Amino acid sequence: MHELPQQLVNGLLLGSMYGLIAIGYTMVYGIVQLINFAHGEIFMTGGFGALTVWLWLPAGTSVWAALPLMLIGAIFVSTTIAIGAERFAYRPLRGAPRLAPLITAIGLSLALQQAVWAWYPEAKSARSFPELPGGSIHIGSVTMQPGDVFLLITAPICMVALGWFVMKTRIGRGMQATAQDPDTAKLMGINTDRVIVVAFAIGAAFAGIAAVARGLKYGQIDFRMGFILGLKAFTAAVLGGIGNIYGAMIGGVVLGLAESMATAYINDVPGMDKLGGQSWADVWAFVLLIVVLLVRPQGLLGERVADRA
Amino acid sequence: MRQRSLIAITAALTAGALTLTACGSRDDKDDGDEAGGGTTVVIGVDAPLTGELSALGLGIRNSVDLATKQANAKEYVDGVTFKIEALDDQGQPSSGQTNATKLVADKDVLGAVGPLNSSVAESMQKVFDDAKLVQVSPANTNPALTQGPDWNGGKKARPYKSYFRTATTDAIQGPFAAQYLYNKAKKKKVFVVDDKKTYGAGLAATFKDEFTKLGGKVVGTEHINPDTKDFGAVATKIRNSDADLVYYGGEYPQAGPLSKQMKQAGSKAPLVGGDGIYSADFIKLSGKQGVGDYATSVGQPVEELPSAKEFIANYKKAGFKEAYEAYGGYSYDSAWAIIEAVKKVVDDNDGKLPDDARAKVIDAMKGVSFDGVTGKVSFDEYGDATNKQLTVYQVKTTDPKSGWKPVESGTYTGSN
Repeated sequence: MHELPQQLVNGLLLGSMYGLIAIGYTMVYGIVQLINFAHGEIFMTGGFGALTVWLWLPAGTSVWAALPLMLIGAIFVSTTIAIGAERFAYRPLRGAPRLAPLITAIGLSLALQQAVWAWYPEAKSARSFPELPGGSIHIGSVTMQPGDVFLLITAPICMVALGWFVMKTRIGRGMQATAQDPDTAKLMGINTDRVIVVAFAIGAAFAGIAAVARGLKYGQIDFRMGFILGLKAFTAAVLGGIGNIYGAMIGGVVLGLAESMATAYINDVPGMDKLGGQSWADVWAFVLLIVVLLVRPQGLLGERVADRA
Repeated sequence: MRQRSLIAITAALTAGALTLTACGSRDDKDDGDEAGGGTTVVIGVDAPLTGELSALGLGIRNSVDLATKQANAKEYVDGVTFKIEALDDQGQPSSGQTNATKLVADKDVLGAVGPLNSSVAESMQKVFDDAKLVQVSPANTNPALTQGPDWNGGKKARPYKSYFRTATTDAIQGPFAAQYLYNKAKKKKVFVVDDKKTYGAGLAATFKDEFTKLGGKVVGTEHINPDTKDFGAVATKIRNSDADLVYYGGEYPQAGPLSKQMKQAGSKAPLVGGDGIYSADFIKLSGKQGVGDYATSVGQPVEELPSAKEFIANYKKAGFKEAYEAYGGYSYDSAWAIIEAVKKVVDDNDGKLPDDARAKVIDAMKGVSFDGVTGKVSFDEYGDATNKQLTVYQVKTTDPKSGWKPVESGTYTGSN
């Protein structure tokens, strides 16, 4: 068990990334009850936005100096695409049967993937992403890379900022009101259209940050990376209680830890040696999801919203 | 009205997405010169032209294209103009099967080169065999493709008569790597990882058998999911396993990140793989952590063979955007094997293509023998290449173009 601390950190890192992306699913769902399946691709385009900024900068720029600009580039691209998607793909369908925007979302997800594949230079296979300089950091038996540290610091900061935003600002309170009852909120003078755009934009901004974190951590991005990560983040949002922003983060971390623990230890359980390892990690993550949903259908932190649907 | 605009938008988006997808599979269609009166023979190419393995796939397509252009320029077969039809399988068995069906339906196709992946080949073999269309793979190394599923138990049986390959098999590649690493590089403790696919799992198994037979110890095994790039948990297990070598059965899109992450986790063991990781992209993906890693690949380094000089020069002259990569020479030779077979069929039939040209080409393949880019090209009774050369490469620098350096070439001599 001497590798336990390292495995916990591995799970926490993976989970923080899931959590950051899951915010986008959960906020949009909480307000308009739409599962934005294109969110994984919005995350992916954010990564390419950051890479574009990096390629524009003169050669030899230090990654630390470039990082703020890359973050701005990522957030700019992902929010622009998310706001555009909301305006042109989802808003015309508001009030339509649930299935219509869902199909649009899937279509949009494919379109974005193929657009990057077709038009971004050399994006047909993985493109390398700059890494933060500096060697490994050792804390006890735990080894981390500078990119991991970036992720571990960014994720909680984002969460605290989001919590403050939703609780304290006017538009944040408008979000809560719209989530509770959009029609009454409109009658109370809340510009619900604007609230919805802001929800999309915040989710996309977080996805952009997550994309930079992923690039720094693995040193590469590719046009398909949004699909699987988006699916996992959606799972995390459901696990945490979709619609609940803290739930998204907690769901992400729980999912990440579950995958990491499953890879590391299921093999050692007697009789389970064939069912463990990394290739089974997804299976165990979904088993966990099913168990949570059986015991607590609303997710870990969710509240019952079924009567409103 | 609202409902109608809703449907219109959904339909437009879906159609847009589908069109884009379709573009992807069509845009690389390459056309040779139109036949000026004579017969046109099409050589099909099936390889991953897009997606993660596209570097290898495009190298295959370009090399086949070069072979047909050379044959046309030399007017090698009287009255026959060769053309290629390149289809993209994206490394997916289902796409491979669709492409095979498509090639079979085109009467002008007399042979196909490809695919890259053994798992894709499995899905194509029967389609080609039913249509008696010859298939030559430059890259499949899973022994079962030519020797049947029981090849390891001593009962070799060739499942499909239309399938040939110019690459040697994992029955040789895995053990060859094991001998080099145990005897020469003095590695004694290995951690074996594979991606559970036909190629990766097969290769890892043959390596493991030989390595333990030699006296080496397997200190851990792990199967990874090729859809993910996060190998943090596996990397930690590797570091704690005290292995001095990691064998990876699979391809470079996963091997690169795995190598990087296991070394970042603190492991000093080099990663070793088969021809699936011998690519410039492996160096791009593993970065500076990849220096010191090994790969085995089929044949001798193309650059070192005198027979290959002309190929390399012609490839440069043809101005392809992409490198010929690990299988360029084999693809060129595969295409030439088909061309030679077609020539024999035409010559035997008074300079015309017979009605049952496809079946005749399969028969002619058995007798094909010529000096190719990769050495002598001919096939044994299973359709395997008789040339069983292999080479160990090591990553010496982080430059993708020249980082791989051959360290030892040879022929596996062992218990088989």
